[in-house]
Amino acid sequence: MIKNNGQVMALLVLLPSILLLGLFVYGFIGWTAYTSLTDSNGLQQLSGLPSNFVQLRNYSDLFNGSLNERFRIDIVNTLFFTLLFILVCLVLGLTLAILLDQKIQGETVFRTIFLFPMALSFVVTGVVWKWLFNPERGINSLPELIGLPGSDFRWFISEEQWLPFNWQQMPTFLTMFALGLVIYFALRWYAKKRAQWAAFAGAIALLLLMLITFDVPRQALPLISEEHGFNLALFAVVIAAGWQMSGYTMAMYLAGLRGISDDLREAARVDGAGEFGVYRYVVLPLLQPITLSAVIILGHISLKIFDLVYTMGGDTNLFIDMPGLNMYLTTFRGQQFGMGAAIATVMLIMVAFVIVPYLVTSFRTEDKR
Amino acid sequence: MFKMRYLKLAVVLVVGMLALGAVVIAQEPNTELSGDLEIFSWWTGGGEEAGLLALIERFQEQYPNVNVINAAVAGGSGVNARAVLTSRMLSNDPPSTFQVHAGQALNALWVRAGRMQPLNDMFEANGWMEQYPQGLLDLITDSEGNIYSVPVNIHRSNVMWYVPGKLAEWGLEVPGTWEDFLTTTCPAMQAAGVTPIAVGENWTQVHLWESVALGVLGAEAYQGLWDGTTSWTSEEVNNVFTTFAAVLDCANEDRNALSWQDAAQRVANGEAGFTIMGDWAAGYYLIDLELEPETGFAWAASPGTSGTFMMLSDTFGLPVGAKNEEAARAWLSFIGTAEAQDIFNPLKGSLPANITADITNGDLYNAYFQSAYTDWTTNAIVGSLQHGAVAPPAFLDGFGNVIASFAANRDASQATANAATLALQTGIGQ
Repeated sequence: MIKNNGQVMALLVLLPSILLLGLFVYGFIGWTAYTSLTDSNGLQQLSGLPSNFVQLRNYSDLFNGSLNERFRIDIVNTLFFTLLFILVCLVLGLTLAILLDQKIQGETVFRTIFLFPMALSFVVTGVVWKWLFNPERGINSLPELIGLPGSDFRWFISEEQWLPFNWQQMPTFLTMFALGLVIYFALRWYAKKRAQWAAFAGAIALLLLMLITFDVPRQALPLISEEHGFNLALFAVVIAAGWQMSGYTMAMYLAGLRGISDDLREAARVDGAGEFGVYRYVVLPLLQPITLSAVIILGHISLKIFDLVYTMGGDTNLFIDMPGLNMYLTTFRGQQFGMGAAIATVMLIMVAFVIVPYLVTSFRTEDKR
Repeated sequence: MFKMRYLKLAVVLVVGMLALGAVVIAQEPNTELSGDLEIFSWWTGGGEEAGLLALIERFQEQYPNVNVINAAVAGGSGVNARAVLTSRMLSNDPPSTFQVHAGQALNALWVRAGRMQPLNDMFEANGWMEQYPQGLLDLITDSEGNIYSVPVNIHRSNVMWYVPGKLAEWGLEVPGTWEDFLTTTCPAMQAAGVTPIAVGENWTQVHLWESVALGVLGAEAYQGLWDGTTSWTSEEVNNVFTTFAAVLDCANEDRNALSWQDAAQRVANGEAGFTIMGDWAAGYYLIDLELEPETGFAWAASPGTSGTFMMLSDTFGLPVGAKNEEAARAWLSFIGTAEAQDIFNPLKGSLPANITADITNGDLYNAYFQSAYTDWTTNAIVGSLQHGAVAPPAFLDGFGNVIASFAANRDASQATANAATLALQTGIGQ
C-alpha cells in the first residue's frame, strides 16, 4: 500500500489535522445528530441521568407538533430570505462591479466604500438598520423632509403577509421543486444527446407529475393545518443583509471581470457584438463560476443567520425569526438540548443542499484536469 | 517641664490608640477567610450593578483578604447568563455562588437536579426563619423542608403605571377591572388618539399576560394553574386568552420594536395611558426620567388584582462543589442581613426581603416602596410566571412562543390548547 517514505511522511504530517478535524468537526456533528434523537434536557443532564432514545420524535414534533409552529415559521422565513438575499446581492454586486469596471476615475475609492460594510459585524448592521427602520422616526419620515407624506410601512415589525399557503401543501411544493429539477436535467441531457438518461429523467418527471395531479404528497404526509407565507418584515432584513454583503459580491465579480482578457471582448466586437452582446455572450458566461461561488457563500450565510435578526428583532419577533435563533433559545433558554440539536441538524441538512453540489462540481473539475 | 510634655504626649497617644483599637474591634475585619469568591449574576447595568458593587464593597471591608470576582454575564434578562451557568454546572465548574429567581427557576431545576446545598443552618443561626416572610420561605424550600437560597430583594410584577395629570386631562379614572378597562377606558382613550396600554417585546407581553391572568382568574385560580387545581384546558383559561386578545387590541402595534423602557416612556410622554411592568419601572421614572412619585407618575395594582401581590425575588444559592465554600457562606450570611439589604435595595429599586430592614426610612425607600411594602405585608402573595417563580425554564421558553403566535393570530382556543400541551410536557401542576 504505502510505496515510499514520502507517503509515510505525508501521512504523519497530516495525521494531527485529520484527527482534530475528525473529532472536533465530524465527531461533534455526529454527536449532535445523536443528541437530536434523544430527549436530552437540562434537568436530566444536571441530575446525571441518561437521556432516552426517542428516535425521530423531535423531528416529527418540529415539522408537525402543535407547539413548534415557531420552527415552521422559521423554515418558511429562511427559504424566502435566502432567495431574496442571494438575488439582491447578486444583482447589486454584479451591477456595481460592471459599473466599476468601466475604468472610471476614483475606482479604488468607490471600491473601498462599497466593500466597507462587509468589515462590520452583523450586530452593528442590525442595530443601525433597526434605527433606520424605526417606523416613526426612521427612513419612513424621509419623504417628509421634502413635504411628501411619510411612509407607514412598519418594516421589521410589519405583520403583513404575502403568498399565504397552508403548511399541508409543503410536500406538494417540494415535489414540484423536484419535478422542476428533473425536467431541467432531462432537457440538458437531451441537448447533450445522452438520450437514455433524458428518457429516464422524463419517466421520473411523468411520475412526479402524476403524483402532484392526484395530490399524493399531501395525503402521504399529513401535516398540521397552519397558515404561513412571506412576511413583509423580511424586506428589512434583506435590505440590511444585502447592504452588508453586496459589496463583497461586487469584489468577487470585479476580480472575475479583471480575469477576462480584453482579447476576448475585442474578438466579440470584431465579430459584430454590441456592448450588450459582449456582456450577454462573453462576460456573463465566463462569470458563471464566480456566481456559483457567490451563491454558495451567500447561501450558507443566510441559512445560518443569527446575529442580524437577534439585534433587529430581539429574541422573539416571529415575523423575522430564523432557525439559528430558535435553536439558541430552545437549547439554552428552554434547556431542551435534544430539540435544539434537532433544529441544528435540520439547519446542517439545509446548508448541505447548498454546499454538496458545489463540492461535487469542484471535485469533478479537478478530476478533469 | 520637658518630662511633663512627654507624659502628656504619651497619654494622648495611649488614649488615641485605645480609641483606634475600639474602632477596629467594632469593625472586626475577618482576616482568616481568603482566596477567590466568584459571584455569578446578570446584574451588569444601572441600579442593579450599582447595588451589587456596593454590596461587594461593604463585604470586602469585612473580609479584606477575600478576592471577589464579579462574574456577571450581560444581556437578555439573564438568558445568556443562564446559558453560561448551565454549561459551567454541567462541566462541574460551578461559581462560588450564583443569582437565581426564587421559586421554580431554583427548585424545578437546580434543586431537583441535586446541585444545591441546603442552607437551613445559616437561616437558623442568623435568626432568619423569623426575619423572612413565610410565603417567600416557601418559594425557596423543597418538599423536605430544606432551604436553598438567600433572597436579597422583592419585586412586584402586577403594577400598572400612569401619569395622574394626563389621566385627569382625559377625564378618566384608573380602571378597577379588565372589564372596566375594555369597555370604558380603552374606547375613550382611543377616541382621544391615545394608546390605551403600552407594551413592548415578547417577554413584556408574557408579563402583561400574567397580570391579565391574575385579574381574570383571581389569586386562587391563578395559583391553581401552577399547583394543578386549575385545569389549563378549562373555560377560564380560554377566557384569559380572549381577554388578553382584547387588551392587545388596545395596545400599540409596534410592540415588537419596543423595550419595556420605551413602553414606560410612552406613558410618561402622554402617548399612552397605561403600562404594566414590574416595579423596577419606578426606578426608571424616578432616576432616568426624573419624575416625582405620585405627581409625575403614579401606580395602581393592575386591573382586578388589588389585594394580590404578584412577587418575584432575586436570591443567591450555594452550588454543590462551590469554589471557596467558606467565603461563599460568609457572602450569603452577609447579603441576608438587614444591613446588606438596606445597601442593595435602594440602589436596585426593590423591597428588602428581610423584614427587619429599615423600610420606614424615607431617605432609603421612596414613596412607591413605602406603599408597596404595605401591600407586601397585607396582600395575598402569588408568584410571577415570567420571572421564574412559578414555572421551570422549559415552560417559560415554550410559553413565550405561545404568546408570540397568539399575538399574531389571536386564536384563543389554539393558544389554550398549546399552553395545556406545554404544561403537560413540562410537568406543570403535577
